[in-house]
Amino acid sequence: MLSFIATPDFPLASLEVGQHFYWEIGNLKVHGQVFLVSWFVIALLVIASILATRNIQRIPSGMQNFMEYALDFVRDLAKNQLGEKEYRPWVPFIGTLFLFIFVSNWSGALIPWKLIKLPEGELAAPTNDINTTVALALLVSLAYFYAGFSRKGLGYFAKYVQPTPILLPIAILEDFTKPLSLSFRLFGNILADELVVGVLVLLVPLFVPLPVMLLGLFTSAIQALVFATLAGAYIHEALEGHGDENEEH
Amino acid sequence: MVDPTVASASVLAAALSIGLASVGPGIGQGNASGQAVEGIARQPEAEGKIRGTLLLTLAFMESLTIYGLVIALVLLFANPFIG
Repeated sequence: MLSFIATPDFPLASLEVGQHFYWEIGNLKVHGQVFLVSWFVIALLVIASILATRNIQRIPSGMQNFMEYALDFVRDLAKNQLGEKEYRPWVPFIGTLFLFIFVSNWSGALIPWKLIKLPEGELAAPTNDINTTVALALLVSLAYFYAGFSRKGLGYFAKYVQPTPILLPIAILEDFTKPLSLSFRLFGNILADELVVGVLVLLVPLFVPLPVMLLGLFTSAIQALVFATLAGAYIHEALEGHGDENEEH
Repeated sequence: MVDPTVASASVLAAALSIGLASVGPGIGQGNASGQAVEGIARQPEAEGKIRGTLLLTLAFMESLTIYGLVIALVLLFANPFIG
């Protein structure tokens, strides 16, 4: 029941959901394949950043140009959600989320990880493991609570009873559904994409999966954008609160 | 040994969860896309902005189906009712 598409005669199409390359650290069992690919993604991002900033020119070219484009994109994303006044301190957080998720999604789709054999499980995008996405979503939760508390102190709790106390249970429930929906959305989209590609590769190994792979690249990029946008929107909501939206500043 | 009733019920539930979860978002996505096309036809110069918003909203609606898919995947690969 666990690996219904794993075929021994055609290894490229094998797809293992729920099988992991376990590492034992103390009493903990961790999913090693996720760590390996995450480290790869982090290394990629760090190397790109170092290359871009090592020799900064007045007129950018090559790597610096590319990373400035990425920075512009991320800054606009944060600015659109948080507004001109508030966005600057949150650019690193939202930018990191976007770049990490984007590069992980695309590395899972573009790099032929299947050529590297693991004893168990397989290398794939780190975001197709629920633990990664839950961790990212909880980070977003922490971030927007921090934003709310640092702005309003304990007055942040006023937003739970602001229009009417009748909505209190729903307001509390919202704090749980936000990370839940964030993590499930990302995890489900990436895993669904890999499953569809896996099934199609199993059925017809040549050319037919290509359009679906392209669709997968598109979805992965959009999902990274959605995650970062929603993080920004939640932080903005915590900063502004429900009541004073029409106030001019 | 897996209880056949549990196994068959799980498979059926997985199929139903993904199938039913795709109905509502399908209707919603159709509505949103239709409205977006209407908006572009009325105001072609706003196409870029409308397309950006449309893609984002479509991703949100898509995520509802994905929730159904997650339930289906849990039932198929990590079934809590078996053993």
